[in-house]
Amino acid sequence: MSGMTPIVKVIARTVAGFIFVYGCYIILYGHLSPGGGFAGGAIVAAGLILSRLAFGTSAAQERSTSISSSIFESSGGILFLLVAVLGLVIFAQGAGFFFKNLFPEFGKGGTLVSAGSIPLSNIAIGIKVGAAMLSIFVVLASTKYIFKE
Amino acid sequence: MEILNALINITDKGAGFLHSIPALLIAIPLGAAFLAPILFKLWKRLAEIITGLAVTACLVLAIYLVLFLGNTPIVYTFSGGNWEFIQNLLPLGIVFVVDKLAAFMLLVVSILVFFAYLFGLKYLERFTGLGKYYTLYLLMFTGMIGLVMTGDLFNMFVFMEIAAISSYALVAFGTEPEELEAGFKYMVMGEIASIMILLSIAFIYSSTSTLNLAHLSYAFTQMQTQMASTPGFRAGFYFVLILLMFSFSLKAALVPFHSWLPDAHPSAPAPISALLSGVFIKVLGVYAMVRILYNVYGFSWESSPEVFTALIVLGLASIIAGSLLALNQKDYKRLLAYSSISQVGYIILGFGIGNLFALIGALAHILAHALGKGLLFLTSGSVVYRTGERDLGKLGGGLGKYMPWTSLTYNLGALSVAGIPPFLGFFSKMFIILGAIDLARVWDSDPSKPGWTMIAVAIIAGLFAVVTLGYLLKITNQVFWGKSEEKRTLKESPFIMVFAMVSLVVLLLAGGVAFFFWLKPELLGPAADVLLKGTKYGELVLPGLFGAGG
Amino acid sequence: MLILGISLVLILIGLYAIITKRNMIKVAVGFALMEYAVNFLFAIIGFHKVPGMKIIPPILMEVKTTANVLSSYSDPVPQALVLTSIVIGLGVTAFMLSLALRIYNRIGSFDLDEIKRLKG
Repeated sequence: MSGMTPIVKVIARTVAGFIFVYGCYIILYGHLSPGGGFAGGAIVAAGLILSRLAFGTSAAQERSTSISSSIFESSGGILFLLVAVLGLVIFAQGAGFFFKNLFPEFGKGGTLVSAGSIPLSNIAIGIKVGAAMLSIFVVLASTKYIFKE
Repeated sequence: MEILNALINITDKGAGFLHSIPALLIAIPLGAAFLAPILFKLWKRLAEIITGLAVTACLVLAIYLVLFLGNTPIVYTFSGGNWEFIQNLLPLGIVFVVDKLAAFMLLVVSILVFFAYLFGLKYLERFTGLGKYYTLYLLMFTGMIGLVMTGDLFNMFVFMEIAAISSYALVAFGTEPEELEAGFKYMVMGEIASIMILLSIAFIYSSTSTLNLAHLSYAFTQMQTQMASTPGFRAGFYFVLILLMFSFSLKAALVPFHSWLPDAHPSAPAPISALLSGVFIKVLGVYAMVRILYNVYGFSWESSPEVFTALIVLGLASIIAGSLLALNQKDYKRLLAYSSISQVGYIILGFGIGNLFALIGALAHILAHALGKGLLFLTSGSVVYRTGERDLGKLGGGLGKYMPWTSLTYNLGALSVAGIPPFLGFFSKMFIILGAIDLARVWDSDPSKPGWTMIAVAIIAGLFAVVTLGYLLKITNQVFWGKSEEKRTLKESPFIMVFAMVSLVVLLLAGGVAFFFWLKPELLGPAADVLLKGTKYGELVLPGLFGAGG
Repeated sequence: MLILGISLVLILIGLYAIITKRNMIKVAVGFALMEYAVNFLFAIIGFHKVPGMKIIPPILMEVKTTANVLSSYSDPVPQALVLTSIVIGLGVTAFMLSLALRIYNRIGSFDLDEIKRLKG
């Protein structure tokens, strides 16, 4: 892919950052308003995919993107699982369970810093979904039509 | 370090540790699945090591569960947040329920996953992309474990999809055109079933406002009076039931819906074929269907004979068509795949007969067929590993001289699947047939019920055990025995592959020997009892609800 | 009832596409259609209209009594379930399309009839 026309490039350059930040906002405020990890991650991935579509990529870039996105995807999953398992492990003496709230009395309800371990899970899911969407796009886009009769 | 101490604290508490096993059984394989691709980039062996650790840990936990689980099921609730004000009345949050039946299924799944992993260590060396393989393998394992343990209808769907999507990818893992085509075909059929399950979940939720299996069984018993009065409601009830039975039959590859299985199972790498035929169709199709029919709907021969008749018809059709189609196959793994259809028919037949004998027989057949058919698919992998050939005609015979252990384990496994006395497969089929005869005895005292049909069912089941032996010995005859024309330079497979196969044979033999001493009283009897209790399952899981409702 | 009819029709259209179309991309589109139809039905189930009351999205702005909560808010459970099943549907569609592309690379056609090599 060698990129699109200058008009698309200029607009994409302006908009992609805003889309990325908006996705991060959706992820971070997931426990207060509609949205959350999945929706925000999808928006983040949309910003990344937009810039890739507009500017085009070389094969080497595609390869490095697919490697790094798979690492991000795995680490997002591990982070999510870690939040869950810490709930089981930290509260010893049989009081803990899977997905137990890590900070039960932390922060003030209705503000950004609240809701215990839900924001952590949201961030983990956001990382995972964003990376997964990007890697799906990369895999589908980089499949060249190599078939020859 | 602190985490380790805390973990030891939990272990010390005994009962607390037993209680947190359901969470660990999900967390360990899932965590390993996410770690595997990262570790694979560091060093290839690390992915194998982490998979091995996870699989071994799950096997140990499953054995621990089977040995120490009491008569009351473990009910594990994920209830984050402060929901105590309705907590005592309604089940808020997702529930895991591990009773004797779930523990038995966990044991079956983790034994076969463990040995398929051992076999795959050598077998998979010629494949690329092993990091992805181990991720998918562990995700499939997670899905099956979660499906067995869950006490929530929608969670059941989610775990089913996790296992199913991983299996679609694993079937197409070889990326040959045939394998890709089989993967696509499998995916189309499997997804139609999944969407139908989702649709029926939507209908069930709209009429009961709950998804918890125990609460659903309560709601269905309350619904009986409403059903008798409004015919439209009754029609909807049966529509959902038929939708569910259709989808689970598709997942279990019972005969009218079997067309994907003979393509999909042989296309996967041998350890995956062993898993798919051995446990996958039983967990996704048979276990889910039986759990819902027996424990949620609470059907019995007295209340709704039509459901059980349908199960018996499906089972008999699978036995007959699967066996007859298997007789004519020319491909090693394809023959075994058709044999799987027929053997799953036996399991469904046992659940359709539905008395204590038949339930014990069906559960024993789940174990016997998981070990036996897993073993047979592993021997096919061993043959393919050395010869690169699956066609019975081209294999040419005489392999037994070069690969004595593969030949021996194949023959013993075939004897077990066909049902020859010292092995576990004999007892399972015998108990299913005994169940049919027992039901005929009960029906004979009632003139309105035709007892002779059950005798006919027993005779057909016994007859097709012989046919099973026939088509399995076809492979023995054409591959392992006889003399080949040309001289070959073949060796026995590597030690670890032989070890996995021999261990499965030993387990089959041990299961047969210990059937009456340990297996039936300790494992199969209580598991069958869970099914026979019907909707008492709900009372065991949610005692507060039933106490309040009377 | 209208909602039920619409979504059942959509499901049947999707099933028709899966069964009759020989192009793998069209089959994937049929699956997406079926998936969305079921999700649509499922999401609509949550909105139980109580006469004389406004339907409010299930976000807890202020603490109310139990009876008030149950009657005025739309049921949040189907929405959560639909979100999950959308994620699953995304995975299924993505995998099906990548499988179709892979088959195209090997065989040079999206037509299911041309790649029929398995038999028996």
